[in-house]
Amino acid sequence: MSKATIVLEVLRYRPEQEQEPTFQIYESEYREDWVVLDAINHIKDHIDGTLSYRWSCRMGVCGSCGMMINGEPKLSCATFLRDYYPDPIRVEPLANFPIERDLVIVMDDFMEKLTSVKPWILREHEKPISEGEYRQTPAELARYKQFSMCINCMLCYSACPVYALDPQFTGPAAIALAHRYNLDSRDQGRSWREQVLSTEEGIWACTYVGTCTVVCPVDVDPAGAIQQAKLSTTTDWFRDVLMPWKGR
Amino acid sequence: MRRFERPVPTLWWLKRRAYFLFILRELTAVFIAVYLILFLILLYQLSLGRQAYETYLGFLATPGMIVFHVVALVAALYHTVTWFGLLPNIIVVRFGEYRVPSKLIAGANYVPWIAVSALIVLILTRG
Amino acid sequence: MRKSSEPVFWFLFGAGGVIAAFLAPIHIVLTGIVGPAGGLESALEYERVLALVSHPVTKLYLFMLISLPLFHWAHRFRFTVVDLGLRASKRGIAFATYGSAAIGSILSALVLIRL
Ligand code: SF4
Ligand code: FES
Repeated sequence: MSKATIVLEVLRYRPEQEQEPTFQIYESEYREDWVVLDAINHIKDHIDGTLSYRWSCRMGVCGSCGMMINGEPKLSCATFLRDYYPDPIRVEPLANFPIERDLVIVMDDFMEKLTSVKPWILREHEKPISEGEYRQTPAELARYKQFSMCINCMLCYSACPVYALDPQFTGPAAIALAHRYNLDSRDQGRSWREQVLSTEEGIWACTYVGTCTVVCPVDVDPAGAIQQAKLSTTTDWFRDVLMPWKGR
Repeated sequence: MRRFERPVPTLWWLKRRAYFLFILRELTAVFIAVYLILFLILLYQLSLGRQAYETYLGFLATPGMIVFHVVALVAALYHTVTWFGLLPNIIVVRFGEYRVPSKLIAGANYVPWIAVSALIVLILTRG
Repeated sequence: MRKSSEPVFWFLFGAGGVIAAFLAPIHIVLTGIVGPAGGLESALEYERVLALVSHPVTKLYLFMLISLPLFHWAHRFRFTVVDLGLRASKRGIAFATYGSAAIGSILSALVLIRL
């Protein structure tokens, strides 16, 4: 009995030899328990060693294997071939990012956006170590826990039409992470982050399409985070205007 | 190193069901606004007197206007359902570590919605 | 104070969205479908409606009903036209849409005051 196979149409781009990306057809071995990444690794090892792509953990943790699979942004290590078999699968680099080579995208813009919101704990005054740690109750942890699960896979940026149309947009994951720190009881950086977030390229550019939340592999709900950030910014705004003596 | 930028298709909102539904959701506001303008004109005709008011009611009874209002109703209902559905993602209700499920908050909106609608019918027909 | 005026518009958008979600369907049914089709019989008679609408509470209610969803429309429409491909001046679009909503609100206030 001959081995079962599945066809993968992979978008390839080799900047030194072609102007535009083109699809290349590969016929990979097919196994029931294989994910798309397994097939791509199989191609790389046995069919075409020149294919470039990113991956690391194979278990949905590192966030490096995002690809467009039949037009949907997905983690290729968490997408089973059997859900498509026997139809061919179309694999492209993550949408809304420039292509560097084959399935590898340029992620500089995302990294910049991420650092621009300072996604770490900001303090006005650091407590000296002798005073002990910053303690937190389970309820305080629960407020931001969901938004802290982000694995920086950028699927949400690929699903976001606002980012596609206006690359200046800070984008889902960065805002969700900013919101995560704003909700953290140990953090004091909220009004600082608001200067970056409460702008036309920040939270106010979002029109709540909601596809970022749909594609997020770890249920961060970045769309909800952005609307929550709008709500708290609006509350802050009205408090500043109506009760200017109440400093924050 | 050269990099390749993929252009965004002009009709990007037809590329995905969710994008299309999003555009529909946003456009419901147009139908609601047009309805409110027609309603404002009704109030204006009312201020002009009986004759004007009754003529305008006759205009609203023409088939074209009825069809528009049926479409506007569908749009308004779509707005209501999507609005209630999205609300719990924005307004988070917590008791300590427990977060009240989104579905519960979304569903809870329908009770006052029906009550308020019934009240308006009552006021108009009995009041 | 925040430099951005977006919170104000977002607040109006949200308030209008709530009003529209709760009130638009039933109003469309009553004054757009069942009423004109004759299903409300005497309820839409001139004197009755005039008396009902002349009450200050009704006037305030009707003002909110018309004005806030207009701002809701303005906010959504402002972004939708950009999304659909009109890349012209974003500021101009915002001015035109919120401006229209403001004009609509002023007109509705004038109509209601004169009733
Ligand atoms: S929010 Fe979700 S989709 Fe976006 S980068 Fe984080 S894990 Fe990925
Ligand atoms: S390889 Fe790490 S998330 Fe897929």
